[in-house]
Amino acid sequence: MATTRTGNTPVTFPTASGGTVASTVPVGAVHAPGSPLDRGASLVEGAVVLDDTVAPNAPWSAVVRRGHVLTIVDVGGNQSADCLLYDADDPEERYSVPDTLAWQGNAYVRTGTVLRSNEGRALMTVVANEIDRQDTIGGACGKESNTLRYGHHVMFQHGCRENFLAEAGRRGLGVRDLVSNLNWFMNVPVEADGALGIVDGMSAPGRRVAVRADRDVLVLVSNCPQMNNPCNDFNPTPLRMLVVDPAAVAGGTRSAAAAGTLGGTA
Amino acid sequence: MTTAERPAASAPHGRYPTERVPAHARDLHLTDSVRSARDDARAQGGQSGEWMPYLPASGSPYRPPGVDPAALVWAETVAPGGYTHKALARGTRLRFDDPTGDACAHLLLFNALEPVERLNVADTLKIPWQAYLGENHPLLSGDGRVLAVVSDDSSGRHDAFCGTSTDAWNERKYGDARPEGPAPSGRGLFLKAAAKHGLGRRDLPPGVSFFQGVRVGADGTLGWRGSAGPGTHVELVAEMPLLVLVANVAHPLDPRPDYVVGPLRVHAWRGAPTGPDEPRFTATPELHRAYLNTVDYCEARGL
Ligand SMILES: [Zn+2]
Repeated sequence: MATTRTGNTPVTFPTASGGTVASTVPVGAVHAPGSPLDRGASLVEGAVVLDDTVAPNAPWSAVVRRGHVLTIVDVGGNQSADCLLYDADDPEERYSVPDTLAWQGNAYVRTGTVLRSNEGRALMTVVANEIDRQDTIGGACGKESNTLRYGHHVMFQHGCRENFLAEAGRRGLGVRDLVSNLNWFMNVPVEADGALGIVDGMSAPGRRVAVRADRDVLVLVSNCPQMNNPCNDFNPTPLRMLVVDPAAVAGGTRSAAAAGTLGGTA
Repeated sequence: MTTAERPAASAPHGRYPTERVPAHARDLHLTDSVRSARDDARAQGGQSGEWMPYLPASGSPYRPPGVDPAALVWAETVAPGGYTHKALARGTRLRFDDPTGDACAHLLLFNALEPVERLNVADTLKIPWQAYLGENHPLLSGDGRVLAVVSDDSSGRHDAFCGTSTDAWNERKYGDARPEGPAPSGRGLFLKAAAKHGLGRRDLPPGVSFFQGVRVGADGTLGWRGSAGPGTHVELVAEMPLLVLVANVAHPLDPRPDYVVGPLRVHAWRGAPTGPDEPRFTATPELHRAYLNTVDYCEARGL
């Protein structure tokens, strides 16, 4: 499998349908051979409603029903999962960074953070989290903003805003519906002097975060393709998206652990 | 649970000196604090690549011959499988160059002021009584006006029949149509370009494409003729304020099993719209009336 590009010489890539295609298109990078991957498992007990793998560079979306819990697995470690939330029935009500931060009085997202809408209401709640803090300050990368950060030579590299636009389009949403987002597994500290930026992540293969839907929520995710900063450890890896219904544990009995974590969500 | 999955092919934009992403790419960067991450990011500036916009446009390394650099308003090389878009003033000259013979410039045009007015391919062929785009061929809107006209053409290999590729077409042909993948569809790219101007699915009409020719056989067969070789160009005059969407993707009828498309160069520079004293303005009765409609609209709007 040749990977050197000279002029218009096609390079062979795997296709979505499981075959291969030779192409002259400069697609984004994916993880290096031999990268450790840990697909993990749901952070809470429940009947599995959905179990998807999001390929490096790809977008994803699903409606998570009220009371269901979405576990996002950082399969390869330090892979940013850029994420937007919408009320599934009224997408004009959507995730809001300032509402989320102001209500909790803290700039970082951790267990217990209520992910609030532009109307101040709860869309989802972080019920479990395996890294020190999650980011919602750093926003999404994009073709255009990449030119500001790294130079015009990166204009044709893929970006999260491209993923958001493509996936939003499949859901009847458009550019007006893109707002500042969450970045699961990305590390954006605000230092004492106000310095703010994306630095090396604190996650690892198999680390997880779990968010419970407080109403029916459309979740949009971009598996970040960025290769110019450490938000993906310079090694884009897959994400696993697991949705479970804790009220319908396989076998019919709710475990004490699940009931404790999710009490009062019915 | 830890496994090593089969990695997909990697072609990371030529970022790394070696063929593959290094096993420890992080070792190439010092990004453990905001300050070091900022230094790392800033160190990447000033590079050039095979495909990029050139800013300011006057500094384009591929400036078309005879064009005053100071007049340039757009200069860019579009990646294979890439797209671009721009709003252009009336009178602007827009030129596409195919340096390799493998570019395919899929084009949609809108009235930038009222995007419900847009390219109408049927009228573009029917009104001029001509199926094949070439010099002096108008690109007409559905409102009886000239959005743009082909003012120069050294290729002669274009297509106004097949439009651009869709996801369904590319999935059948290549097994893939993901916009971020190796075989993006033109429609998938147009959707993203349109979105950046507040437009959506219903705003995308059939389009035309330049540099990969199609001819209609006697029995109606659409025959792909490919390009006229490397180094050809097409030039347009914006006769109205234009929103231009460009997708550089393989032509739907390209018979090659590989997804082959080359880089596309785009330049635009300030100029005047076709005036009533120019032969083109009255070249045919239909074109004359289309220009009268266009001037009527523009004068009323103060353009
Ligand atoms: Zn990103």
